[in-house]
Amino acid sequence: MWAYYLRRLLGAIPTLFAVMTVSFFMMRLAPGGPFDRERMLSPEIEANIRKAYDLDQPLIVQYGIYLAKALKGDLGPSFKYQDYTVVELIASGFPVSFRIGMTAIILALIVGGSLGILAALRQNSVADHLVMGIAMVGITIPNFVIAPLLTLVIGVYFRLLPVGGYGEGSLRNLILPTIALALPPVAYIARLTRASMIEVLRSNYIRTARAKGLPGRLVIGRHALRAAFLPVVSYLGPAIAGIITGSVVIEQIFGIPGIGRYFVQGALNRDYTLVMGVVIFYGSLIILLNLAVDLVYGLLDPKIRYDFRHD
Amino acid sequence: MTSFAVPPSAGALEEIAGRSLWQDALARLKRNRAAVVSLALLAVIALLAALAPLLSPHPFDAVYWDDIGSPPDFHKAHWFGTDANGRDLFVRTLYGTRISLLVGLAATSVSLLIGVTYGAVAGYLGGRIDSIMMRLVDVLYALPFLFFVILLLVFFGRHIVLIFVAIGAVEWLTMARIVRGQTLSIKHREFIEAARAGGVSTAKIIRRHIIPNSIGPVIVYATLTIPQVILIESFLSFLGLGVQEPYTSWGVLISEGAAQMETAPWMLIFPAVFLATTLFCFNFIGDGLRDALDPKDR
Repeated sequence: MWAYYLRRLLGAIPTLFAVMTVSFFMMRLAPGGPFDRERMLSPEIEANIRKAYDLDQPLIVQYGIYLAKALKGDLGPSFKYQDYTVVELIASGFPVSFRIGMTAIILALIVGGSLGILAALRQNSVADHLVMGIAMVGITIPNFVIAPLLTLVIGVYFRLLPVGGYGEGSLRNLILPTIALALPPVAYIARLTRASMIEVLRSNYIRTARAKGLPGRLVIGRHALRAAFLPVVSYLGPAIAGIITGSVVIEQIFGIPGIGRYFVQGALNRDYTLVMGVVIFYGSLIILLNLAVDLVYGLLDPKIRYDFRHD
Repeated sequence: MTSFAVPPSAGALEEIAGRSLWQDALARLKRNRAAVVSLALLAVIALLAALAPLLSPHPFDAVYWDDIGSPPDFHKAHWFGTDANGRDLFVRTLYGTRISLLVGLAATSVSLLIGVTYGAVAGYLGGRIDSIMMRLVDVLYALPFLFFVILLLVFFGRHIVLIFVAIGAVEWLTMARIVRGQTLSIKHREFIEAARAGGVSTAKIIRRHIIPNSIGPVIVYATLTIPQVILIESFLSFLGLGVQEPYTSWGVLISEGAAQMETAPWMLIFPAVFLATTLFCFNFIGDGLRDALDPKDR
């Protein structure tokens, strides 16, 4: 069992390292630098600037300096927002992104899970086909299409909710973005839950539970659900990555001041340090959350621990 | 579902024409209504895109100062209306279709090329080389790739060829895993052994025997990769990092439409319908192909 955890932990380190290495060398290989301006600087000033950013050192030394700084949580100053460091910008955006993302995940688990169970228990009914049809739409249509359409109908035609803006974090402003963000994982989780629930319901131990006279509610609640939710837990890793990626578009569409919006603005303005900082931050976040999901999965599913003991 | 005939008696054997795996698969695919309809729809969309200049009197980058952001107007042949810069939306949607489909096909080809070669080599060579190669895939798998594509576009400038390459370089990982799995399952078969005994070189065995024999799952996965690629391209273009003016793609059009949707919803709806239809079609065809090529999975 410990071998499994240890192996997972050790597996995360090279990935984290790869994130930082790839982004560093990509930036250094890029043609043109952030100091290439139309106006020529005098060579002395340019030399001073290069020195201030350690650009006069050999590449490998720069890489070492950069790694050491990043590990200490220093991602440098932003090129565009000149009075802020990248870490400050990330810190200011994170609570906003976290709030929406977390709500979306919980929403996806509750709504997707219930819809999936409903569809599985009433297999081939109208409700089942309806849920699966909606799930197909949710999986196929990206949220940058769903979000504007949702706003068009609910925000523009019916005027029920504000079309965009953060409004100091008021609930009304967050409903549409959260729904738009949650829809793809809702669809996916509904499909996963339905498929695994149907399989579990056919298994012998469920038949045994029914045969011994356990009420249907308990058969589902106590026995079937636990097993049926396993694939959903393992999907949580990709789901989190998807929500983080999705939040980039959603924050852009609704004008929410989270990390995603800084990221897109930074990308459009070629704000090298900011973009790199966010990639490293998001990369590490995704890797760590994946690790957490794997560890939880190990706790839930004894088969995995067992498999690892033997290799 | 397929009603397989009872095994024929020895005497009847000669009279029955052989059916290859592919004929079998084609027959099954034809019976899948969703897949057939999707194929037809896709053909229509592709045809519209190919014939775009013939279908409308307007060039894709002409600006009509009198019709800025006007709704669909049949007298002036603005079938989908015009965009916020007074350009004909019908032609722009079709030109966007061209780019989106092109990116989809080109990037999928890149991913096929890398993924199939990588997977076949890893699987066939096996041993330590295999485990190093696949460990690398595992590490890359855990990376948030979309962010790296964006990073790439930020550092190296926004260029359409770079988009092909970047997306293709992201999407090959799953392909490599699939092909490796296939390779492992066929590399100990007799015909491979025969080839090896006959002195055929490793490179040639991979090229002539391994790759052709793992083509089924590759086709299925490639069909499912195309919509993913189109999606990534639209995502990047939506954010303003993908296709640049005066060219356009579905992502650009949807982003422009989303900005104008309160006054001109048609700018959002037409490109969104094209994108959604195409994504649906590819997914249905992919599912249909999977069922057709791998009937035991049903």
